[in-house]
Amino acid sequence: MNQASYVDDAFYRDLAAEFADWQREDRRIGDPVLLESCRGMLHLDARLLDEGRFEDWLALFADECLFWVPGSPGSDPQREIAVAFDDRRQLEGRVYRLRTGYAWSQVPQSRTSRIVSNVEAFRGESDAVCMVRSTFLITELRNGETRLFSGWNAHRLARNGNGWKILVKQINLIDCDQNLRNPSLLL
Amino acid sequence: MNISISSRPVHDWDALVQADRAHRILYTDPAVFQEEMTKVFGAVWVYLGHESQIPKNDDFIAARLGLRPVILLRDSAGSLRALFNRCTHRGSTVCRSASGSAKAFQCPYHGWTFHNSGRLAGVPWPDGYACDFKDDKFNLAQVPRVESYRGFIFGTLNLEMPPLKEYLGEAARPLDDWIDRNPGGRIAVCGANRLKYKGNWKLAYDNSCDGYHVVFSHRSLLEMENRHEKDPNKGMSYYKSKPDDAPMYCRCYGRGHHLKDKRPNVEKRPGALWEIEGAHPGKERYEEKLRARLGAQAARWLDLASSEPINLTIFPNLLILGNHIQVLEPVSVDETDTVWYGTAIVDGPDIPPGVTEDINALRLRTQEGFPSFGEVDDLTNFEEIQKGLAAQEDEWVYMHRGMDIPGRITTDEHGIVTAPATDEVFMRLYIHHWKELMKASPVLAVKRAP
Repeated sequence: MNQASYVDDAFYRDLAAEFADWQREDRRIGDPVLLESCRGMLHLDARLLDEGRFEDWLALFADECLFWVPGSPGSDPQREIAVAFDDRRQLEGRVYRLRTGYAWSQVPQSRTSRIVSNVEAFRGESDAVCMVRSTFLITELRNGETRLFSGWNAHRLARNGNGWKILVKQINLIDCDQNLRNPSLLL
Repeated sequence: MNISISSRPVHDWDALVQADRAHRILYTDPAVFQEEMTKVFGAVWVYLGHESQIPKNDDFIAARLGLRPVILLRDSAGSLRALFNRCTHRGSTVCRSASGSAKAFQCPYHGWTFHNSGRLAGVPWPDGYACDFKDDKFNLAQVPRVESYRGFIFGTLNLEMPPLKEYLGEAARPLDDWIDRNPGGRIAVCGANRLKYKGNWKLAYDNSCDGYHVVFSHRSLLEMENRHEKDPNKGMSYYKSKPDDAPMYCRCYGRGHHLKDKRPNVEKRPGALWEIEGAHPGKERYEEKLRARLGAQAARWLDLASSEPINLTIFPNLLILGNHIQVLEPVSVDETDTVWYGTAIVDGPDIPPGVTEDINALRLRTQEGFPSFGEVDDLTNFEEIQKGLAAQEDEWVYMHRGMDIPGRITTDEHGIVTAPATDEVFMRLYIHHWKELMKASPVLAVKRAP
């Protein structure tokens, strides 16, 4: 797919509104079925990456999605450059690059084991959307070295039949504003 | 207070840096690294930060001069200073924030407090001391010479260094070009991509003007950028086929400064630079918006969101690439921090209303591409060099591309050297400058009297 970018002023405005003050008790989703469904989506996201099934992983994302790794805690993407701020086209490019076989930072490719925990879900502005917070720990083995990446994710999910599509995956690395060594694996 | 650096050489530098090659221990020996931290990162003008990071009086950022932790600030009277972040009492850092605003710094350990001029303001329970705290020796040490060139702040401990402008020499011209391409000659730092690698800092410097590696090290980026193009010439595609036949060139200005000038590869007309920019988030929407508002005039503004095709390198740690200000910060002989500061244009009377926001909306996103999809591969290759250099019996690193070929490299009447894009002449010139610095016995000083 080579769709034109959909990122514009309205996109940034909506993003700011959607990510402002969303982890609120009055929006907490207590329904265990709904919560379990969100948790299942997060597990699938993590497992497909651990298994290196990047094309299947891309299919989890909505046509108009965002893959976002802020460069400092709570930073405004219109005021500061990010570690990653990928629309659908750029996210596909990110995977394409890894698949060329010439992305030396991923030759050999990282092996990862992801733990996703502390899952909490919050209502979005309609029943079709929800926001999910989780804590992650990624153990990475690459080229004989084992490393850790940790932080928390915000998933903005949209109803898709009986399941979900990812509208936004915001990855908040605890060391996002520090010097990162080879952050080329898919987070 | 002056500190004379030992004149006893650590090594026989002439044996280690030869006409066509450098010895592996330049990259692997901790003793060489320690020596560099005074004779290079201390004795020449070292880039510390940009004025847009400390726009107001009392603003500060944490910075490093080699391994010395410094607080780069604009003091309460408006003077630029680089204070050693080291309490005169027992040595603790007095400032532990990466940035902020402060009229004074109080050491968290025993409460000694210093004005942002560096002068000691007071100590707790002074009746327990017999000394005179007005003595300058109790003030924070500071970098004795701090100068700014058009917003770029440098410091040196070497009182014999020529003024900054003279140190930059002819390299100031491409820096002026880079600054003046932005409206009003103004830019502001807007966050950073912060990376590090397990390798010697000179591996990044060796790469700074290297046109030889691009199609190999960055093959995945070139393929990604051009994956949908019918006419695949986006990004750095001018490195494909034979880059030495392209109109770009490498230029060396002396003192280890050099430029890879890729501008001649791009047609000289408004919008030509924007046309080779790869796809990035927001591209079509903001372009449409600007064209609708500005018509044919939009092209020259869109160029400001594109990566400026130069790599300008000011020895030893400042690299201007595209719209980035990249800074090298050595950590140890085999560990280096490399910070890619983003830059935005600054609104002013010569910009049509609203255009600044739209250009920066594009420009922030175009700058995220190379660190994510290009630099990570270079840094991996630097780490793999560091591994390879562990082989002790295989002693030499070659940098002789372009050497001894008649007519290939030219030198003008000012001593400025010009060569084809893939030549390693810039490496040879800077490492020989480095060698002269390592042989020298600079007198380094700190200032105590604000």
